[in-house]
Amino acid sequence: MQFDSFAAAVTMGGHGGFVWAAYAITSVVILVMIVRPVLSTRSMQDTIQREFERKQAHEKDAS
Amino acid sequence: MHPKRKQRLILALVVVVLSSATIGLITYALSGNINLFYSPSEVAAGEAPVDRQIRVGGMVVEGSVERASDRLETRFAVTDYAHVITVSYDGILPDLFAEGEGVVATGFLGRDGTVTATEVLAKHDENYMPPEVAEALENARATAVQP
Amino acid sequence: MWRIIHQFGSPPWVYRFCDRVIPWLLPLTAVALIVGSAWGLLFAPTDYKQGDSYRIIYIHVPAAVVSLAGYYIMAFAGLVSLVWRIKLADLAMRAAAPIGAAFTAVALITGAIWGKPTWGAWWVWDARVTSMLILFFLYVGVIALFEAYDNKTIAARACAILSLVGTVNIPIIYKSVDWWYSLHQPASIKFTGSSAIDASMLYPLLGMIVAFYALFALLMMLNLKQSLTSEYAQSNWLIKRITT
Repeated sequence: MQFDSFAAAVTMGGHGGFVWAAYAITSVVILVMIVRPVLSTRSMQDTIQREFERKQAHEKDAS
Repeated sequence: MHPKRKQRLILALVVVVLSSATIGLITYALSGNINLFYSPSEVAAGEAPVDRQIRVGGMVVEGSVERASDRLETRFAVTDYAHVITVSYDGILPDLFAEGEGVVATGFLGRDGTVTATEVLAKHDENYMPPEVAEALENARATAVQP
Repeated sequence: MWRIIHQFGSPPWVYRFCDRVIPWLLPLTAVALIVGSAWGLLFAPTDYKQGDSYRIIYIHVPAAVVSLAGYYIMAFAGLVSLVWRIKLADLAMRAAAPIGAAFTAVALITGAIWGKPTWGAWWVWDARVTSMLILFFLYVGVIALFEAYDNKTIAARACAILSLVGTVNIPIIYKSVDWWYSLHQPASIKFTGSSAIDASMLYPLLGMIVAFYALFALLMMLNLKQSLTSEYAQSNWLIKRITT
């Protein structure tokens, strides 16, 4: 560990604001990039699932 | 307007704006000869325009930094190890500004050959090392120089 | 060999491949990113000149490296789509564009944040910085160009041509610091000879570069799975895969 205390790791000799801001922005971008396609895929899969169940129920009614 | 057409129009405009911005930026960079700054040798050879805003880059000569006692004004010499040019600057210098380090100064080249800077940026090199390693290197160099 | 290439052109095979790889690639990438960041932020030594602000290097350089590599992947997919008319190549090209744009944005933003304490300015119209901004516009241009057409086949063709034209920018970015006087320093990691960065700082950096490549692969698969789901929503193979 390069820092003696939690406070030292936060301030980083006056550069802490720059360093932590860079890491925070990057984390947000990465999270958005992961969550967006996952949620979109899941909602499309749900639609396909519902459509499939509706059709099956319809076929059962017909027969 | 039909919403679909409107959407298409906006998107087409976005493409046009982005591509023209791209070309604009290329020409902007080219207009400065793509080089960000002039070296002291180029200034000495008269390649840099006088009384127009230019950038001069090089190493700050060791022992050349003079600070005014009552104002922020600083004078220092910049070299590319062939020619030297004097820069005066009235403002706050970046943290990494130091003698023997790289610097890029934006300002006006006067007829006396000195640059009056409006902005001074520190140019650091690609070397990264822990302070202990830097110290060890410095000591090794010092002992190597001594007979 | 040909069988493997053929498999990569088959939507059901690629969908199944993504489905199988994502569950272990996602936690692996997360762990690599967290360990790499902690190493760079807290355990790597302080720089003798810049102090702790240099720690931004552990995201700035990996993001920049992957944004350049990602452009080649996008342009290569574009070439495949133009020459062989493989639908999956279209999808891969479109999947790469937003990821590349995001990584380029991260490189530019972290560069600006790093520039303020070291150079003394957020932004400088330096050859390296300007050519990276052009890379960002190229990625965004590919995304916008695709949306501008109704006919997806023509749209994909136009995007492929644009991405191929843009490849000229990559070597310019890479060599800009050597070709012109710039404020940005030359590369610290060298393929030949010894690197200009101490080993204790180099290893976490290499670790983060590997982690960012893994992240790129993960994001590619997530985006591909998304576009395959939307593209083949009516196909029997997909319905069967989802409903069973």
